[in-house]
Amino acid sequence: MKAYQEPNNFFKYNIKTLLKFKKTFTGDDAFKIITSLFALIIFLIFVLIIYEIFKESQLSIQTFGIKFLTGTKWDPVSQVFGALPLILGTLITSIIALIISVPISLGVGLALSEYMPKSLGFLFSFLVELLAAVPSVIYGLWGIFVLIPFLRDSVYQFLQTTLGFIPIFSGPIYGGGTLTGGIILAIMVIPIISAIFRDLFLIVPISQKEAIIALGATKWETVKILISYTRSGVIGAIILGFGRAFGETMAITMVIGNKFQFLPSSLFDAWYTMAAIIANELLEATYDLYISALINVGLVLLLVSLLINILARLIVWRTLKLVKGIARE
Amino acid sequence: MNYYNLRIIKDRIMQILVYLALLIALIPLFSVLYEIIQRGISVINIDFFIKPIPTVGEAEGGIANAIQGTIITIGLASLIGVPIGLISGIFLSEYSDLKISLAVRFLNDVLSGIPSIVVGIFVYALIVRSIGFSVIASAFALSIIMIPIVTRTSEEALKLVPMSIREAAIALGIPRWKTLVIIVFSSAKKAIITGILLSLARIAGESAPVLVTMGYWRWWFAGLNRPVSNIALNIFVFATSPFENWIALAWGSALVLIIFILGINIAVRIFTRGRY
Repeated sequence: MKAYQEPNNFFKYNIKTLLKFKKTFTGDDAFKIITSLFALIIFLIFVLIIYEIFKESQLSIQTFGIKFLTGTKWDPVSQVFGALPLILGTLITSIIALIISVPISLGVGLALSEYMPKSLGFLFSFLVELLAAVPSVIYGLWGIFVLIPFLRDSVYQFLQTTLGFIPIFSGPIYGGGTLTGGIILAIMVIPIISAIFRDLFLIVPISQKEAIIALGATKWETVKILISYTRSGVIGAIILGFGRAFGETMAITMVIGNKFQFLPSSLFDAWYTMAAIIANELLEATYDLYISALINVGLVLLLVSLLINILARLIVWRTLKLVKGIARE
Repeated sequence: MNYYNLRIIKDRIMQILVYLALLIALIPLFSVLYEIIQRGISVINIDFFIKPIPTVGEAEGGIANAIQGTIITIGLASLIGVPIGLISGIFLSEYSDLKISLAVRFLNDVLSGIPSIVVGIFVYALIVRSIGFSVIASAFALSIIMIPIVTRTSEEALKLVPMSIREAAIALGIPRWKTLVIIVFSSAKKAIITGILLSLARIAGESAPVLVTMGYWRWWFAGLNRPVSNIALNIFVFATSPFENWIALAWGSALVLIIFILGINIAVRIFTRGRY
């Protein structure tokens, strides 16, 4: 017992001197406090965004309650606001975007990480990054004057003549519309998803690949195992892409046609999204309930994007860490 | 043997598909650049840079006031965003193991994922409803978009500085904060500036938050509590208008904007080659 007492006293003594030493306030302490205050600003902004948007939606939430999410009428004249068609429009266009962009992004990610020689991979990675740097509004401009005429005159005509018997491919072709919106979102989402795919595939330990190749697998068979190896990260990347498509505003506002209706008659028909209605109507909203309803739409966007981002980032972080951890061993 | 051939054929087909996907993904980039240059170049002359935005009937005109407005807006935004982002980045790199650092880093990532229109609405609710559509509101919105980018890149830049440099400074008895401000900072300077430039390129192209905090405005700067003109937002307004001269201006503005944004991206890539 006695043997344990001595180190105990010794420890106490050390803490006392340590505390005495700490009483002097050094420049480092000031530095830590000042920098941490700036970091807290980020925290503050984050909280303030949620609080403020929630507060300004109160009027709409109290007036309509859950009917705001299930209502199908958006009528500023009779002061009735229901956002279900907008939610559907946003959801469907984002899903179309994912259906188009995920296979392409998978191909891009594989080309950049596995198929190309390293030097070419760098160059093309850069080009894909440039694709992400082009502003939304420029995609919108290009969408109106280049993509819409092209789709209307060649692709949509062809789709209608071959698949016209399916209801979603029938009906008049305007050029702009739901499918065009989905396509422009896909173009904007591809660089984001494919960059994460590339990073995921690049960090798969080389020993794994070597083991598969040594078994006589072809390149494609190797790649298939790579994909399943990073499966959860791939899913995270897709969710992240969905989040991006969900909140995209300018480009889709410019090509989707902006028509408030429960369901469009076909994929070629115009529709509306949550972000688009905010961009179009916030400046023209004349009374408080109208403004509050639009901010309420913003609240839905915010909550969905928070959910998606937190979920996806946790998944991607975990996978990157997990795979990196294995690589280090 | 037959099965073996089948596998080889499948492998070849997949290889072709992978390269095809890359080609399809890059077509929009080249198409956007080609169309902007082709349609924008004819609009651009000296007048385009020195004359204000024309009214609907006028043939003559440029985007001079939009250039002025954009510079003022992103300048103001960086006055707010750069110090916050930079110092937060320093905090995250210096005290990376603290619980609060983990939380801030995570929130910072999530903040960068919030749609820019939602940031716009937030500033609309917070500022515009009390002081009206103004440059200051717009700059604040853009700074919120800028902060996560600057924070992230400065944190990473500072972390790249070799530990031996810090250790050498500490061995000389220099306090931690002085080590950072004088020594670590100067060796990470280039990468930090890179991050700031990229964030400027990003906010120069933002139009949704500008729309809901400032609205369309085609006159000169008239005070911080008034709106200014903005190139990115003008592209939206011009492109959706039915007037020929405005549509031409949209392509010209797009050319100016894309040269600025891609110019920064390409320059950054060339000057930091080998680093990333």
